[in-house]
Amino acid sequence: MDTYTLLREFADSWALLVLTLIFIGVVLFAFRPGSRALHKDIANIPLRNDTLPQSGEDRARLAKDH
Amino acid sequence: MTAILKLVTLGLITLFAAIAANFAHDFAYQVHALLIMAISAGMFIWILRGVGEPQPVAVTPTGYMDDVIKAGVIATTFWGVVGFLAGTYIAFQLAFPALNLDLPWTTFGRLRPLHTSAVIFAFGGNALICTSFYIVQRTCAARLWGGNLAWFVFWGYQLFIVLAATGYVLGATQSKEYAEPEWYVDIWLTLVWVAYLAVFLGTILKRKEPHIYVANWFLLSFIITVAMLHIVNNLSVPVSIFGSKSVQVFAGVQDALTQWWYGHNAVGFFLTAGFLGMMYYFVPKQAERPVYSYKLSIIHFWSLIFLYIWAGPHHLHYTALPDWAQTLGMVFSIMLWMPSWGGMINGLMTLSGAWDKLRTDPVLRMMVVSVGFYGMATFEGPMMSIKAVNSLSHYTDWTIGHVHSGALGWNGMITFGALYFLVPRLWNRKALYSLGLVSWHFWLATIGIVLYAASMWVTGIMEGLMWREVDAQGFLVNSFADTVDAKLPMYVVRGLGGVMYLVGALIMVYNLWMTARGAGEPASDAAAVPAE
Repeated sequence: MDTYTLLREFADSWALLVLTLIFIGVVLFAFRPGSRALHKDIANIPLRNDTLPQSGEDRARLAKDH
Repeated sequence: MTAILKLVTLGLITLFAAIAANFAHDFAYQVHALLIMAISAGMFIWILRGVGEPQPVAVTPTGYMDDVIKAGVIATTFWGVVGFLAGTYIAFQLAFPALNLDLPWTTFGRLRPLHTSAVIFAFGGNALICTSFYIVQRTCAARLWGGNLAWFVFWGYQLFIVLAATGYVLGATQSKEYAEPEWYVDIWLTLVWVAYLAVFLGTILKRKEPHIYVANWFLLSFIITVAMLHIVNNLSVPVSIFGSKSVQVFAGVQDALTQWWYGHNAVGFFLTAGFLGMMYYFVPKQAERPVYSYKLSIIHFWSLIFLYIWAGPHHLHYTALPDWAQTLGMVFSIMLWMPSWGGMINGLMTLSGAWDKLRTDPVLRMMVVSVGFYGMATFEGPMMSIKAVNSLSHYTDWTIGHVHSGALGWNGMITFGALYFLVPRLWNRKALYSLGLVSWHFWLATIGIVLYAASMWVTGIMEGLMWREVDAQGFLVNSFADTVDAKLPMYVVRGLGGVMYLVGALIMVYNLWMTARGAGEPASDAAAVPAE
C-alpha cells in the first residue's frame, strides 16, 4: 500500500473518530456540573483590572475573588 | 558587553547588506539591501553614541505597557488610510484603465497585492497586534512580558510591511495570493512572529487571573496558526542569496492546495479568529456587560478551530484537485456556518438589556454592525462554497464582493470600534472629541459597503451568466470583452462605495487626532499629556 492510500485510509477512519470524540468531549466538558459559577467569573474578567493591580490590597482582592 | 555584541551584529548586517546591494540580481532586491543597510547603519551609529555613557538606573516599570499600543494605534490608522486609498484607486483603474498610467509600477497587477497586503496585513495586522497587547494585559492583570521585545515586534512588523510593499511595486513577488512577499521577507516575518508569540504567551504565563479569558484563546490560536500556515506555504528555495527570486517546493495541484489551505485559513485565523478575540473583549467593554454566554464562546472557539482548517479546498472546485477533497472542503465550509452564527449571536446578545445604548453610542453601533456583517459574510461564504453555486460565482466579481463585505464590514468596522475605544483611554482623555463625527463615519462606511457589495452581486452574477450563455447550436454567446464592457456602471458604483469608505476613515483620523490632542477638554488636561 503506498503512503498516500495509507494516510488517506487513516485520515477518514481513526483520525476522524478521534478528532470527533475530542470535540464532543470538549463540548461536554463545558457543560460539566459546577461550571456555571466559574464561567460567570471568567466572563467578568474584561470588566475588572482596567489598571494593573499593584498593591497588596488588589492582589488580595484578586486572590479572594477566586 | 551587550552594546559591543549589538555593534558587532549590526556591523555585520550592514556589511552583508552592502555586499548584497552590490551583487544584487534584481532591482527590488537591491533597493531592499540598501534599505536594510541604511537601517542597520543608523542603529549602529545610535548605539555607538551611547557606549560609555553613564547608564540610567534601571527602574522597574509599573502599570500596563501602553506605549507600544499607542504606536500600534497610530500605525493601524495610517496603514488603514493607505490601504483604502490604494483599493479605491485600483477600483477606478478597473473602470478606467487609463489610470494604469502606462507605468510598470502603477499597473493593477502590482497595486492589487499592495492594496490587499496593506489592508489585511498592515491595517488588520497592526490592529491585531496592538489590540492583542491591550487585551492580554487587561485580561491577565499582568504587564507585557519581555520588555522591549514588544517594540521589536512593532518595528519589525513595520519593516516587513515596507519590504513587502516596495517589493510588489518593483516587481518582486512569488505570485501566491496573500503571500506575495519573497523568501527573505518571509524569513524576517517568521522571526518577528516568533517574538510576537513569545510576548503574548509570556504575558499569559505570568497572569494574575487564574483563568485565561476566551479572547486570549482566539488571539493565541490566531498567532500559532498563522505561524504554521506562513511557514508551510512559503517553503521555497531561493535561486540566489543575492536575488529576490525563489522557487516553490511544491508544484502543480499540491502547490495549489497548499496555497488555498493557507489562503482560506488566513481568512479563518487572521481575519476571523484574531478579530473575534477583539469582539469578545471590546463588545463587552463598550456595552459594559459580560459576554452573553461564556459556554457558547467556548463552543464557538472549538468548533471554529476544528472546522476552519479543512475548508480551503472550496477555492479549487472543478480543478485538478481530487473530487473527494473538493467535496470535503465544501462540506466543512457549510458546517462552518453554525459556529459562525453562534459567535454572531453571542456578540449581539451581549447587548441584551442594553439595546438602548445603540441609540446613544455610535461606537457600540459600529461594533454591532460589524458583528452583523460577520454574520452576513459567514452565511454567504458557505453558500458560495456549494459546488453548484460556485460554478456560477467563481472567477466573478461576486467573490470580490463577498470578501469586501467581510473585510470592510466585519474587520474594518470592529477595528474602527476598537480604535474609538482605545484612543481616549490610551491618551487619558475623558471622551472622544466628537460623537457626531463617529456617526458620520458610521453612515459613510455602512452605505459605502452596501454600494460595494450590491454592485458586486449584480456584476458578478451577470458576468457568471454571460460566461455560461450558449446559443441553440451550443456556441458561447459572449466574448470576455463583452462582459468587461457590460460591467462598467457597476465598477463606477463600486469605486464610489470605496470613496465613501475612505472619506469615513479620514473623518476618523481627524476625530482621533483631535481626541489625542485633547481638543475640547480643559486646558490643564491637555497640558499634562503630550499629543504623541
